[in-house]
Amino acid sequence: MTTTTELPRAAFPFIVVDDMGRPALTAQRCTKCGATYPDSERMACGKCGARADALEAFSPAMEGTLHSAVIVRRGFPGVEVPFISAVVDLDGGPTLKGTLRHSGFELDDIQQGRRVKVVFDDALGRQDKNGNSYIAHHFEPLSA
Amino acid sequence: MSQDTYIVGIHMIDFGRYPHRTPAQLGAQAALEALDEAGVTIHDIEAVFSGSNYTTMIGQKILQQIGQTGVQIINLVNACSTGASAVRMATTAIRAGEFDTVLCVGVEQMTGLGMLGGAVPGSIPTEGILGSATMPAVFGESGMEYAARSGATFADFAQVAVKNHHNATMNPKAFLRKETPLDMVMEAEMIAYPLTKLMCSVNVDGAAAAVVMSEKKVKELGLMDRAVRIRASSMASAPWQERDPVMHDVNGPTRLAAQKAYAMAGVDPKDIDLVELHDCFASVEIQHYENLGLCGDGEGVKLLRDKTTEIGGRIPVNASGGLLSKGHPIAATGIANMYEIVQHLRGHAGERQVQGAKIGMTHVVGLGTSAAVHILEKM
Repeated sequence: MTTTTELPRAAFPFIVVDDMGRPALTAQRCTKCGATYPDSERMACGKCGARADALEAFSPAMEGTLHSAVIVRRGFPGVEVPFISAVVDLDGGPTLKGTLRHSGFELDDIQQGRRVKVVFDDALGRQDKNGNSYIAHHFEPLSA
Repeated sequence: MSQDTYIVGIHMIDFGRYPHRTPAQLGAQAALEALDEAGVTIHDIEAVFSGSNYTTMIGQKILQQIGQTGVQIINLVNACSTGASAVRMATTAIRAGEFDTVLCVGVEQMTGLGMLGGAVPGSIPTEGILGSATMPAVFGESGMEYAARSGATFADFAQVAVKNHHNATMNPKAFLRKETPLDMVMEAEMIAYPLTKLMCSVNVDGAAAAVVMSEKKVKELGLMDRAVRIRASSMASAPWQERDPVMHDVNGPTRLAAQKAYAMAGVDPKDIDLVELHDCFASVEIQHYENLGLCGDGEGVKLLRDKTTEIGGRIPVNASGGLLSKGHPIAATGIANMYEIVQHLRGHAGERQVQGAKIGMTHVVGLGTSAAVHILEKM
């Protein structure tokens, strides 16, 4: 039995890939307290404890603001450096972590408040043990 | 009826590299020294709380080395707060009236582990895609968040390493004992900006142990001369904040644990004479000045720049050299921080002695998150 599929798979639970192979972000919002989560199947709300039936799925904005970031110069073996590890507050929530690409590596490039967008691309060519490819999110600077 | 608890014996082995010794041997060495200092034997111990993140059933393995008396052993895994968790468990068990004499041990053997913070388990490796999960990156992000809020600079963060490494030159138990001037710290290999290699704690092997005793037993055995009172033993996990669980929060749980500790002890931050806090990375020390209430919010950088936290300042922080110098054997660190405070309260800290120290605070944070704060006092 083969487990290889034609369509790429979502690398993370906050990414969905439709039948046409088109990726999108998905998130959950608590209808009781408004907390948002980069997730698709939480058990309950971590802020107020409301059960799963109070959580609704929504499609978050594809733009956001850099909250914090670091310039990674030493990584694990096989991981290309440097890269920017970034925590981004998507407009309207939730917060997402990822890699900021197509950016310089100066202090100005990681300033809080920098506007970024979310793009989808292959997960750096990485495949699972069955040869499946994955789609991941990447942050890129939002040009003015 | 609950009662006060005391540390009557405490020890940390010299942190370093012990590739030819087992974690149980390291823990046994610390435990035996703590027992000897307390003037009791393994036969006086009624319960053991022990911890290690990389060795299972560490308490049993230690008692196989030093005396299998059949007492209750509970092993804890609570990241960098593991050792402090053991002491927290000892105080609650004693205050509940079940035991009078309890042994606490934290052990870690880390030589060869490399940089911590592996990629999230899943179908494909995520490091470099989901940003970075290494500890320097995670704490660097927390530090940059603080910098945006406070105006702290890369040089401020580096200055913490300068201070703590200097203190360690006076601590024979520290792993790294050399002066590191500011330019040396800032020009060291960049791991994840704003953290260079000299701003990251070192993975070492280590163990620390404490004998915790009820007040009744301390008096009965006539040990008040060496007893250090645990005026507060407090822990907290991370309260929800808007970036959970994407960003690990080391601030919130520290604040909660500190507030509870001050209330338990009935003291104010101004009553604290010295602090050993969790400087796993240089930047976070300044964050914890504020989290522990040593200064107001936004005043952490000023506290550092004014030299208030140097030895000789109003509130010396990490006189031991901190995790940045001692090394950070995860589960041993919580008790090792208490060891340092006890030395000062007893007037045994040698060259780095904080003069007239009566009340000291210890703090650790385990990422995930768990914070522990203890307030110790020598009568």
